Amino acid sequence: MYDFTDNTLTISLSGEIDHHSAMAIREKADTEIEKRMPREVVMDLSGTSFMDSSGLGLILGRYRKCGALGIPVKLKNPDRQTYRLLVMAGVNKFVKIVFDKGESENVREAGKR
Amino acid sequence: MKTTKAGKALANEMKIKFLGVSENERLARICVAGFIMDLRVSAQELADVKTSVSEAVTNSIVHGYKNRRGYVTLCAKLFGTDELYISVSDDGCGIEDVEKARQPLFTTDPGSERCGMGFPIMESFMDKVKIYSRPGKGTKVIMIKKLGCDLAVKDGSAAVKRGKK
Repeated sequence: MYDFTDNTLTISLSGEIDHHSAMAIREKADTEIEKRMPREVVMDLSGTSFMDSSGLGLILGRYRKCGALGIPVKLKNPDRQTYRLLVMAGVNKFVKIVFDKGESENVREAGKR
Repeated sequence: MKTTKAGKALANEMKIKFLGVSENERLARICVAGFIMDLRVSAQELADVKTSVSEAVTNSIVHGYKNRRGYVTLCAKLFGTDELYISVSDDGCGIEDVEKARQPLFTTDPGSERCGMGFPIMESFMDKVKIYSRPGKGTKVIMIKKLGCDLAVKDGSAAVKRGKK
């Protein structure tokens, strides 16, 4: 799902993000980024029920692509397990991860384990 | 066939063989989740096992078979109530250098967006990972995990979630 409001492109990664699903998402996401040239890209992970390293590759690939275009990327509202994976892979060190109010404490604890 | 591990008897076993197509990555996760979902397992452990299986199966499909047709075999064994052994094997191209393959960020598919974290994730989320592979002879990855370690024993306020697939 793609939303373009106030010059921000929000890409919602819904469901299971694995090698199979990442392939289709990649193409569409890149098309939207190139079409909109937003001021910012937000990848909304609130609907992500599963992610493995293919999902990480999808995120990192979009981060690199946006970086080349000078567009900052943020990840929003990953659940506990997704956040744990992002921290384990070190993605949180260079991609900003934001949470809506009230969601962060529980999830951040998961990232420490 | 081993019927005990560390003194624990084989309680359950499954073996499934499926075509190495990306649609079946989810199938593999569902099968392993189904195998352990009624055990004493935390939500995080269930997710960790699913993720690890997903990584191993994806490796077989993407690297083992690349664009050719082949089958992947997923086996799971439960010893006692909590010792889980999983193997994922293929008859694909095999791994040239297993030690190199285990390193974070190493990938034999650099043009793609493979981030080379498959084995590090398996090693992080499972207790032990063993890789048996030779070029041209296929690959077998064995992963071992003791389940129920996350659960609070004392006051029974265990965060047990029976599996979502």
